[in-house]
Amino acid sequence: MDKYRRLVQMPCRHTLTSLFRVCFVFNLGFAWTCFAQTDLVHRGVPEQVQQINQLVAEQWQAYNLRPSPPASDAEWCRRIYLDILGRIPRVEELDDFLGSKDKDKRSQLVNRLLYDDTYTEEYARNWTTLWTNLLIGRTGGTDNNSQISREGMQKYLRDSFARNKPYHRMVYELVTATGSPAPRNANFNGAVNFLIDKVNMDDAAQATAATTKTFLGLQVQCTQCHNHPFNEWKQDKYWEINAFFRQTRARNAGRRAAAMNETAELVDVDYRGPAGIQDSAEIYYDLRNGEVAVAYPVFVDGTSIERDGRVDVVNRRQKLGELIVESPYLGMTMVNRTWAHFLGYGFTKPVDDMGPHNPPSHPELLEYLTNEFRKYDYDLRSLITWIVLSQPYALSSKISAGNKSDDPLLGETPKFSRFYVRQMRAEELYESLVVATQAEGTQGSYEEQERQKNLWLRQFASAFGTDEGDETTTFNGTIPQVLMMFNGELMRAATSSDRGSLIARLANNPRLKDRDRFVYLFKAGLSRTPTRDELNLCEEILKINRGNQTEALKDVWWTILNTNEFIFNH
Amino acid sequence: MLFRTPTGMSRRHFMQHLASASAFSGSALALGHTLQLNASELARNQKSAILLWMGGGPSTIDIWDLKPNSANSGPFKPIATKGDMQICEHMPMTAQVMDKLSIVRSMSTREADHDRGRYYMHTGYVPNPNIEHPSYGAVIAHELFGQRRDLDIPPFVAVGGSSEGPGFLGMAWAPFTVNSNGQVRNLNMQMDPERFALRLNALSRLEKKFIEENRGTAALEHAKVIEKTVNLMSSQQMAAFRVDDEPQELKERYGQNNFGRGCMLARRLVQAGVPFVGVDLGGWGNHKGIFPTLQNDRLPTLDRAMSALVEDLDNRGLLQNTAIIWMGEFGRTPRINGTAGRDHWARGWSVVVGGAGFKGGITVGATNDDGTDVVGTSYSSEDLMASVCHSLGISLETTFYSRSGRPMKIANSGKVIKELFA
Repeated sequence: MDKYRRLVQMPCRHTLTSLFRVCFVFNLGFAWTCFAQTDLVHRGVPEQVQQINQLVAEQWQAYNLRPSPPASDAEWCRRIYLDILGRIPRVEELDDFLGSKDKDKRSQLVNRLLYDDTYTEEYARNWTTLWTNLLIGRTGGTDNNSQISREGMQKYLRDSFARNKPYHRMVYELVTATGSPAPRNANFNGAVNFLIDKVNMDDAAQATAATTKTFLGLQVQCTQCHNHPFNEWKQDKYWEINAFFRQTRARNAGRRAAAMNETAELVDVDYRGPAGIQDSAEIYYDLRNGEVAVAYPVFVDGTSIERDGRVDVVNRRQKLGELIVESPYLGMTMVNRTWAHFLGYGFTKPVDDMGPHNPPSHPELLEYLTNEFRKYDYDLRSLITWIVLSQPYALSSKISAGNKSDDPLLGETPKFSRFYVRQMRAEELYESLVVATQAEGTQGSYEEQERQKNLWLRQFASAFGTDEGDETTTFNGTIPQVLMMFNGELMRAATSSDRGSLIARLANNPRLKDRDRFVYLFKAGLSRTPTRDELNLCEEILKINRGNQTEALKDVWWTILNTNEFIFNH
Repeated sequence: MLFRTPTGMSRRHFMQHLASASAFSGSALALGHTLQLNASELARNQKSAILLWMGGGPSTIDIWDLKPNSANSGPFKPIATKGDMQICEHMPMTAQVMDKLSIVRSMSTREADHDRGRYYMHTGYVPNPNIEHPSYGAVIAHELFGQRRDLDIPPFVAVGGSSEGPGFLGMAWAPFTVNSNGQVRNLNMQMDPERFALRLNALSRLEKKFIEENRGTAALEHAKVIEKTVNLMSSQQMAAFRVDDEPQELKERYGQNNFGRGCMLARRLVQAGVPFVGVDLGGWGNHKGIFPTLQNDRLPTLDRAMSALVEDLDNRGLLQNTAIIWMGEFGRTPRINGTAGRDHWARGWSVVVGGAGFKGGITVGATNDDGTDVVGTSYSSEDLMASVCHSLGISLETTFYSRSGRPMKIANSGKVIKELFA
């Protein structure tokens, strides 16, 4: 708490404090942990939801926008399953929700998806997927050249999300972890996978950049070699953060060790610095003019720690972890990231580049939610609840006459006066197909299922060939994706009529009429019933198939799964 | 019909099936197997560009602009070439084609971060959170596509990694990413073509409903990409991707590795009329132990494939219509760092161009004796892009409009590097 107060009261000579002046005045009067975890979703609308609604609506007024009408229950239901669990709703789940007459049914559903044991595994899987991609990329741990264990990373994350570990605890563990990456290792600690391949190369440049970017929303990587071109970052800042990682070593982490199957380990060891001064272990770096400068560990807010390089005197990474956990940027970045996950755009673009050079679109709201998130002891499920119960999240994605100008694709900052359509992620498509075709449980154990999914996902990942491991995905609405949806193996399985398949079960269910079967497919894929026009189309297809139900169902199901409406979260 | 009927022989039949919803009869169609590709004819007088992208930032001071008398010099010696310049001794095959390539030694840029540098060098613009600019591939494909309406292959193909995207030009101009084996996954429809046509027809009707609900441009883009995919699936031009059909001798000449195959594939695609092909060679981020990596690994791969590409294009008469651009995000620090590596350096570095309208065998601009700074006029990404457009006959008066209607000059109003043209 003291450190936190000091940070906020610090004079404004420092870069970051100027941001606080602009968009961030913290209320220090709160009590941290006085709220019980269980009672977060009350009957009625939580105060945080009302605040979101109000602060977003203020911008609508300011920009003379009229929001789109609310989305239907069915649309909202599809959204929330996709965004919280990473898949579309089953037909039964959709029917349950639509059938409920309870006024409070939306918050009940949110509650169920977040807190009911039935959904814990899926919830944890979805957030594990998101965070695995964030922490080690889509390709991390998928080849033999690195000691990253994707499985170990996922095990750690799954456990954290399933138990609802407070976010700041999770970050502290990821930043300070020691141990071995793979579950089979004796001193296994899955959290080490975040840093294990980022500390040895290039004086831990990747560890420095990834840690500040991922958890604090601060991009310092450019300042490794020179002052930042347009934010106020100076080169010394980079190296002062970098100095926190100099005790850290990844043992047996190289290609050779990986090939030899030696156990890697992330450890902290005494650091002496190039000059060998143990009690003041410094680092050197090159200035652009060719001169050499010196740096010691100093956090982004200017807090210095002891310069001693001995781990038992001061463990630099643990100090860094403590400072990160105390930093207001921690919550702010997570709020921004989480908002972007649900609403399609964050308050800044990109979400992990914050600072005076990139002012947020809704500064008050960002500040408010950051404070609340912290008040609730960094409880992710509370944050999710507030966002998904808000008005902006519940708006239709249809553009109306009153909000044409609210289009982030036109370079406007998002005003959230409608729900911005976006494509499913590859993982969401995969899980949705599994659920929609009722293929759960037919693919073996959890590990086996994940292995199959990862194998399938690999076709979309491609790397840029830099030393920072930048990468991209071809699951982005381009031709390879459409080819996969047209002809891929996964789609062939999803639309097959083999024994036990969705099509076979529908076709062979004597209680269903032709029409019921088509309606079922529309609900399974699009979470809605077909229009009259669409039913006519189905009838035509049945006729072309000379009355063969199975074949007609296959045609209709293939068609539904290939639509824009299916692949978009709308 | 939402999906436009494309051109082409076999496709016409195919599309007739698409045209009527209930036309589920008639004979099976043989798609994409019967007709021979008559590529060289197709490509005559059509301009194309091939970008050799060196991901990670190549050390141009060790390749194209050596400083043997400086303390910053690495161990490599300069050798004579067929052009009016010297280059690195570990590029002997390329030295033999330097009469067809020219080096710009006075690139000076400001983006020394990988992401930012990649974006800037690909688009001519610095990254801006409010807008996404189209990259080389999208711009050139967009401008040259009109010359070849018969092309079914996407006009922007990225071999290997993945290039920067189409920005505000839209997903229809996005790179079509393939691996260097030319293998296109999931290309074969797993059913009777008539049945496929039936499904497409039904799909077109469902797509239309969602588009008309006015939920933004993404829905319409989805339909456009479907149309392009259908074109591709039913096209005999896909034979251009069968890089394995090349004679063994030529495969060896290019090098039996991803980059070598990628360059060979690029030639095949250009020959088939594709206006823009990007081929990636990564692994230039040599912060440590740079010289053995360059000498034993990167340079031999580059030398073989790059020289083979120039030769092969030239032998087929394609070089005069095909611009080659070799570049990365930035160069590397002239000063060798404490771990025998070089770090990021954008202030003075080199790129290489050739083919199309470019003059060969010359150098443009220079850096100072220790390689740290440009002497005289320096050039930017915008200037390079303007020069490439000029070499392809694309007017620099071309203006794009962002989605919000903001006009943007092609190549960000860069100036043509005059020395590169006769």
